[in-house]
Amino acid sequence: MRGKEPLFLLLAVIVAVALSLGSGAFNRYYLGIAIDVGINVILAVSLNLINGHTGQFSLGHAGFMAVGGFIAAKLTLVCGAACPENLRPLLFVGALLLGGSVAAVVGLGVGIPSLRLRGDYLAIVTLGFGEIIRVIFQTSDFFGAATGLTGIPKLTTFGWAWALAAVTIYVVTTVVNSTYGRGFIAVHDDEIAASAMGINPVRYKVTAFVIGAFFAGIAGGLYAHHKAVISPSGFDFIKSIEIVVMVILGGMGRTVGVIFAAIILTLLPELLRGVAEYRMIIYSLLIIGIMLTRPQGLFTLGRKGATS
Amino acid sequence: MSALLECEKVTIKFGGLTAVSALDLRIGERELVGLIGPNGAGKTTAFNLITGVYRPTGGKITFKGRSTAGVKPYVLSLHGISRTFQNIRLFGSMTVFDNVRTAMQGNRAQGICEALLRGRTFIESERKVEREVVELLKIFGLETFRDTLGTSLPYGDQRRLEIVRALATQPRLLLLDEPAAGMNPTEKQELMKLISFVQEKYGIAILLVEHDMKVVMGICKRIAVLDYGVKIAEGTPEEIRRNPKVIAAYLGKEEA
Repeated sequence: MRGKEPLFLLLAVIVAVALSLGSGAFNRYYLGIAIDVGINVILAVSLNLINGHTGQFSLGHAGFMAVGGFIAAKLTLVCGAACPENLRPLLFVGALLLGGSVAAVVGLGVGIPSLRLRGDYLAIVTLGFGEIIRVIFQTSDFFGAATGLTGIPKLTTFGWAWALAAVTIYVVTTVVNSTYGRGFIAVHDDEIAASAMGINPVRYKVTAFVIGAFFAGIAGGLYAHHKAVISPSGFDFIKSIEIVVMVILGGMGRTVGVIFAAIILTLLPELLRGVAEYRMIIYSLLIIGIMLTRPQGLFTLGRKGATS
Repeated sequence: MSALLECEKVTIKFGGLTAVSALDLRIGERELVGLIGPNGAGKTTAFNLITGVYRPTGGKITFKGRSTAGVKPYVLSLHGISRTFQNIRLFGSMTVFDNVRTAMQGNRAQGICEALLRGRTFIESERKVEREVVELLKIFGLETFRDTLGTSLPYGDQRRLEIVRALATQPRLLLLDEPAAGMNPTEKQELMKLISFVQEKYGIAILLVEHDMKVVMGICKRIAVLDYGVKIAEGTPEEIRRNPKVIAAYLGKEEA
């Protein structure tokens, strides 16, 4: 695995660029779904750092996504009109980074008090926190209260979504595979042994939350500029669960598996659109079936090393 | 000469229970000291005090001349106190190689940014870590298991891997918590050889907590005996073997 990440990244970028050049050939519907997939890959891979690699069960990922989405959207809405056409991509990147950074700060805020908690208790705190964020946006007139923000410029292209997905994958895999990053997995495996080996569990947990929240914020920004409309109700508990399910199905701490799970779980509802009434039933049965037969994740080949 | 580790009247109380009471213990550089005592005597608690897991309610512990009060376990580990655990605590999802690599935290010149940029110093530091891990594995005969899951090794090898992992932190003082527990006589022989070898090769001090008298008597020059949290004796194996208090603690008092 080691040393191959740059190659992996390069490949992903080439594929992304090639597909985005040829994206005129897709019809709008498929293109839209392809962007959804890219955004979900970012969400799932970043949550995998917190839940999978570091073993901190977080149910608040939609909250981080909401922070990034609302902040980025507000920025482009406010500055968009004054911004000349050729500087638009720059504004977009700035908005995404700002959204991600604010989400990261919020992640720091959640990470620190959560350190004394583990397992189900941590899950409940992060869940509560996600709801608090949603309610804050719902009551804030600045962010459009319950209606949310509308008329956001559609700046998210296929290329942006997948290039950023590639960056997320690169960051998470490279960091985790380094000697430094083995600390995340050590904290996941055994906190007491980790601290006896010179690893500061607190630092690693908070770092995982900050990096995870940052990329969730970026994904939120992409999402807002893809759908053109965001409302607080889109970032509820169900959204967090969706991302958690991707991580669990893919296999906790298995980046490749999680990417596949994100792709499949985004496509599945679309494929099942023809039998729309039964869609949720089929979807749930599938998840139950997988949980019963392959609890270690759908895309893992037995127990091997901790990553990839 | 000041000792590497010095415990002065170290006491810890859990509620009404005094688990360790006024323990005095000195470990010099390159010394191999045994700490023995019956079940529940406070040996593991003493370990947890030295490694900073518990904070003593009384007394003082100094390592390399500095007080360890309030110092977190991971900092003490970086300063040179490393340990193994009574109930083996390997990193369950990691290979043998990664178990050892993870313990090399003090040795690396890198953090997140370095890892992401993959600059020359980072690559070099990763190569250095890899070389050192492989060398350690070779010395301790674990290199053939390099890519095996650590927890799937045979029991004796898991113990050995835990010691190798502890050594990877480059300790000055190594604490071994009942390394012979659950071992058969052959494995115990191997272990005694291994501990003496580690102490000679790396020139480090070792504190050995052990239940098995043969093991402790065989390799330690000095032994301290704990009973009900109190140090009841300290001396050479010969002295300890003849000490009536020790005999009483282990075998019970003779009926009058």
